[in-house]
Amino acid sequence: MTDTHARLARLSAARWRLGVMLTAAMTAIYVGFTLLIAFNKPLLGTVLMPGLSLGILLGVVVIFTAWVLIMIYVRWTNRHYDDAVADIRRDHQEGR
Amino acid sequence: MAQAGEPNIIAMAGFVLFIALSLVITWIAARRTHNTKDFYAAGGSVTALQNGLALAGDYMSAASFLGIAGLVALSGFDGLVYSIGFLVGWPVVVCLIAEPLRNLGRFTFSDVVAFRLQQAPVRVAAAAGSLAVVAFYLIAQMVGAGNLIRLLFGIDYEVAVAIVGVVMLAYVLFGGMIATTWVQIVKAVLLLSGAFMLAMMVLARFSFNPLALFAEASNQYGTAVLAPGRLVSDPVDALSLGLALMFGTAGLPHILMRFYTVPDGRTARVSVAYATAIIGAFYLLTFILGFGAMVLVGQPAIRAVDAGGNMAAPLLAEVVGGQAFLGFIAAVAFATILAVVAGLTLAGAAALSHDVWVNVFRHGKATEREQMIVARSSTILLAALSIVLGIAFKGQNVAYMVGLAFAIAASANFPALVLSMFWKHFTTRGAQASILFGTVATLVLIYLSPTIQIDLLHNKATIFPYRNPGLFTIPMSFVIGILVSLMTPEPSAVQGFAKLEQQIHFGAAD
Repeated sequence: MTDTHARLARLSAARWRLGVMLTAAMTAIYVGFTLLIAFNKPLLGTVLMPGLSLGILLGVVVIFTAWVLIMIYVRWTNRHYDDAVADIRRDHQEGR
Repeated sequence: MAQAGEPNIIAMAGFVLFIALSLVITWIAARRTHNTKDFYAAGGSVTALQNGLALAGDYMSAASFLGIAGLVALSGFDGLVYSIGFLVGWPVVVCLIAEPLRNLGRFTFSDVVAFRLQQAPVRVAAAAGSLAVVAFYLIAQMVGAGNLIRLLFGIDYEVAVAIVGVVMLAYVLFGGMIATTWVQIVKAVLLLSGAFMLAMMVLARFSFNPLALFAEASNQYGTAVLAPGRLVSDPVDALSLGLALMFGTAGLPHILMRFYTVPDGRTARVSVAYATAIIGAFYLLTFILGFGAMVLVGQPAIRAVDAGGNMAAPLLAEVVGGQAFLGFIAAVAFATILAVVAGLTLAGAAALSHDVWVNVFRHGKATEREQMIVARSSTILLAALSIVLGIAFKGQNVAYMVGLAFAIAASANFPALVLSMFWKHFTTRGAQASILFGTVATLVLIYLSPTIQIDLLHNKATIFPYRNPGLFTIPMSFVIGILVSLMTPEPSAVQGFAKLEQQIHFGAAD
């Protein structure tokens, strides 16, 4: 039981670290984008080519980034986390 | 250009068809709805793709389709701030909330907050937070519905709002979560294909090059439409709205409730990946719809029909596809509103009956039969409330109203949810204080904001100069939750944390 708890706590910490890191990355990217909107409107208004401003380009990039971050989390949990939980759960049930 | 209020046969036919289809779904679902698990959580048997579509259906509301297209059409780039903000909340949902929520609770997010705390006080607070979010979200949907029917069928705004309330009531009352989920799925597919067709018809006029469309917009209205402008004029307001949108998603009761409809944590997680792909694609389409309406319909014509710009997408459909396509798009928009209203009502009913009635008044000892009666009575109450609120708030921009719902969700629900799952020393008093502060502070600051005081009540000045309070209320809810917890240690809550941690990973079975 103690062993189960210790292993679970380690796994929990690993998932929490990844989750917080990805959330922080998303927050930094989005807040950065919002701060540019708030404080440097002319920069985002820079027209890169007819019809495309830097603001619109970055907006599209932010939308794609959100999806990429989700896929990083889903791939890690599907490949590593689920197996690790299954291992701990099996040992836990055999042990009691 | 059709006059507002001129009846459109195809729109009516499309709408009647959708209502008929959704009532058939409801009838089938009603026969499968036997107990509270069916009613609130569709029996827990929804697949990842189904739940992804249903999440997208719940999320792509009238605000997304009508409101954002309108904001982009009237303000250009500024409208996109909403599109982007609505999407960036999803990584937060999947990384921090979805799986633990699935494994810890049964029907509402209060199940999770109350997991190792005292049931009654936490649930009353959490239900208050949920209901405040649901109320503001409902207002936005109802206002969108009223405008749309007035434009298409020439029915009075008030009557239109009542019709939406009654049809939605039928879904939720008889079909519960099973019907609501399937209505969401049908609606998500309809909305995505409708928006895609509309975008393609717009792009066909610009040799399928979005940049040519944007370039034409800046030719007609100046390059300012491609840059941030008036709408987010104040830096603090921009940041405040941004944070509310980002963290609000993870506190929306009707979205959180969807994670109980899937069998396990893995399905919950994968369903978010599907949902985000669908929603992201849809928001990219809103860029094209908004600028398309700006160029092809023209800002004066959009303003003439509705000052808030909510009718930009339907008007665009008429310009590129004639009356028939206007009818189709209008029916899709209507389906969208109905489905979202149903999801919201179900979440509100769960807060009232599962949290307040069953777990507070009856201390968790109500029979299945009694619980179903209370759940259905709550549904009727909320449907009546949504009709009244929809009529009272006529004329507001729907995307803005949804922004406020997100501010409440981010300040009232999100901090308590995170602290309860990840911080061992969180206590009952801390949870109560955090949720109630988040709800009340957000509501008070919204009341004092220029939108209510100056735009609605026509006062000359107000003491709180920002339109969205999220920047202040979200961090303060966290701080209050932590400080109050430290002042009121709760040994039983600390002891319960080991069990909570085990169940977060193993699920409720062990």
